[in-house]
Amino acid sequence: MRWESWADFWAMGGYGLYVWGSMGVTFLLMALEVFLARQARLRAEREVLQTQALNQQDGEAA
Amino acid sequence: MTIRWFHYAAPQTFYGLAGRLWPWFAVLATLLAVAGLWIGFAVAPTDAQQGEGYRIIFVHVPASWMSMVIYLAMAFWSVLGLTFNTRLSGMMTRALAPTGAIFAFLSLWTGALWGKPMWGTWWVWDARLTSELILFFLYLGYIALTSAIDDPRRSDRAGALIAIVGAVNVPIIYFSVKWWNTLHQGASVSLTQAPSMARIMLWGMLLMAVAFWMYSIALVLYRVRTLILVRERHTEWVQQLEVRP
Repeated sequence: MRWESWADFWAMGGYGLYVWGSMGVTFLLMALEVFLARQARLRAEREVLQTQALNQQDGEAA
Repeated sequence: MTIRWFHYAAPQTFYGLAGRLWPWFAVLATLLAVAGLWIGFAVAPTDAQQGEGYRIIFVHVPASWMSMVIYLAMAFWSVLGLTFNTRLSGMMTRALAPTGAIFAFLSLWTGALWGKPMWGTWWVWDARLTSELILFFLYLGYIALTSAIDDPRRSDRAGALIAIVGAVNVPIIYFSVKWWNTLHQGASVSLTQAPSMARIMLWGMLLMAVAFWMYSIALVLYRVRTLILVRERHTEWVQQLEVRP
């Protein structure tokens, strides 16, 4: 390991703000993107289930 | 051997294929990112000139590369879409755009956080930075335009035009550091020359780059499945589909 301690690791030789600001925002945006893609997927699934249910009702009525 | 390209280009077939593939890319992305971050933060030494600040490279370069690659992929699908009028092309282009926009933003963001300690400024209006900013706006323009047009076919065609015309900007970004005087350093990795960085740093960066590739592929496959479901929800096969198996 290259680091004396955790404090040393987080300090990044004085560049902590810049390095962790880069890593943190990158990770957050990727996580957010995955979350939003998942939400969109669930919404689409609900829509499809609804149309399927409607079609079934129509089929039974006919 | 002939691959039945048009067979796989049918949304119905591609939906199943993408569903089988994306989890593998997601697993690869995670493993590669863990390995890349381990090398980047635990193994790679301190840089002689930039101290620990250079470690921003492990996200900055992969994000910048992906922002350009994804735009080219959008242009590629757009050409296919306009030429063959396949339904999948427009959906692929649309599935790529959000990921590309995020990487373009991250390229600018991490670049600013790198520029401040090394150049003394968050931002300069030089060729590399400005052309990357234009790329970010092209992504936003594509997303705004395609979501403003309701008819999917017309929306796809309008989007394809932005994607194709805007692709001119990508080589401008790439070669900007050669063509103009700029604060931004030249390429650390090129196809024609030996890399100008220490081998272990390079490995960390390349692992992260491949991880970002895998992340993008996984997410785009996942997202295109959603788009297919929404657009084809009234078709026979979606009506028969078990959405939650």
